[in-house]
Amino acid sequence: MSEVKKVLVEPIFSNNPIALQILGVCSALAVTTSLEVTLVMCAALISVIAFSNMSISLIRNQIPSSIRIIVQMTIIASLVIVVDQILKAYAFDISKQLSVFVGLIITNCIVMGRAEAYAMANPPGMSFLDGIGNGLGYSVVLIFVAVIRELFGAGTLFGVEILPLVKNGGWYEPNGLLLLPPSAFFVIGLFIWLLRSFHTEQIEEPEFKAARHVNKEAV
Amino acid sequence: MEELISLFVRAVFVENMALAFFLGMCTFLALSKKIETAIGLGIAVVVVQAITVPVNNLLFNYVLQEGALAWAGFPEADLSFLGYLTYIGVIAAMVQILEMFLDKYVPSLYNALGVFLPLITVNCAILGGSLFMVERDYTFVESTVYGIGSGIGWALAIVALAGIREKLKYSDVPKGLEGLGITFITVGLMSLGFMSFSGVSL
Repeated sequence: MSEVKKVLVEPIFSNNPIALQILGVCSALAVTTSLEVTLVMCAALISVIAFSNMSISLIRNQIPSSIRIIVQMTIIASLVIVVDQILKAYAFDISKQLSVFVGLIITNCIVMGRAEAYAMANPPGMSFLDGIGNGLGYSVVLIFVAVIRELFGAGTLFGVEILPLVKNGGWYEPNGLLLLPPSAFFVIGLFIWLLRSFHTEQIEEPEFKAARHVNKEAV
Repeated sequence: MEELISLFVRAVFVENMALAFFLGMCTFLALSKKIETAIGLGIAVVVVQAITVPVNNLLFNYVLQEGALAWAGFPEADLSFLGYLTYIGVIAAMVQILEMFLDKYVPSLYNALGVFLPLITVNCAILGGSLFMVERDYTFVESTVYGIGSGIGWALAIVALAGIREKLKYSDVPKGLEGLGITFITVGLMSLGFMSFSGVSL
């Protein structure tokens, strides 16, 4: 039981795929301007990563190691096609807003990384859970960024006005910068800072340290 | 001709793959510590992008698109749902062929690129280029220009970031922000800078 819990919970904060391993950042930044789109993206990623982990783990003993990357790629791409078709059928508007980013789940390094690092060496059940855990770790960062960007950038959450806007007679003047690309970088940078203030073991050692100031003041 | 130049400038600066669409971020952040490796990777991306986008364009127009198989006697076939699988297959194959070609005929470049060449297969910028090409309905010529332009834009961004990071390693950054955190903020500032190109139109 503890093993299950560890596999599920560890990737969320202490071994977060985005904040610690910089995997899968590409889509993390682009889709986070609105919370609704972000949640759909997270659901898509979680299902792809969980099922790809499971399928790869099921056939892990049959995959020749020299062509394993191609095999993994094909499985992942097929799963993404399924997800994409489902989105197009049932959530067409959102699938239009996500545009190419659903397709880019194929090259999302988290999916490949987990297939390679975990699913190739572990039984299907655990791999499935590992996929869900890592998907959740990715979702936590995405949702955090999306909430900040939508709330302060447009004053809304899920399109519902939370902070009353000036133009509607309220008091909040939306900060348009948060909806533009650069702010996504800032928010993730600050999120990493926040996370590392709690998990100090994640702090990277600097390559160079400034020497202490030893010169005496001129007398 | 003018349109093509404007498309090229847009692909390099305004719609920069890395800084405006966040594509290829994993490699962008992980391999931008040294200028030399950044240049090698940048060149590799330009070459692969310039080949795969036009090839995928041909595939899309003559095989996958709805009604595209009319020449083979299947006027009703719509294979566009196979797109992802095809593009990634083409990219993987192209990278492999390029690797073998360089190994045989241009060993100096092959050694310089080293491990980065195979890594390009999973670079989102490459797949993203092909997907944007499909979404925006580029013709063959346009997609060639777009492929080269977006590749150069990405290369430019990673070399610039590597230059900044080389200087940055001597500076005193708050604990916790060191490494990844400050890199994100630097990239944010660069992206802010690149936004100033968005008013440029030819």
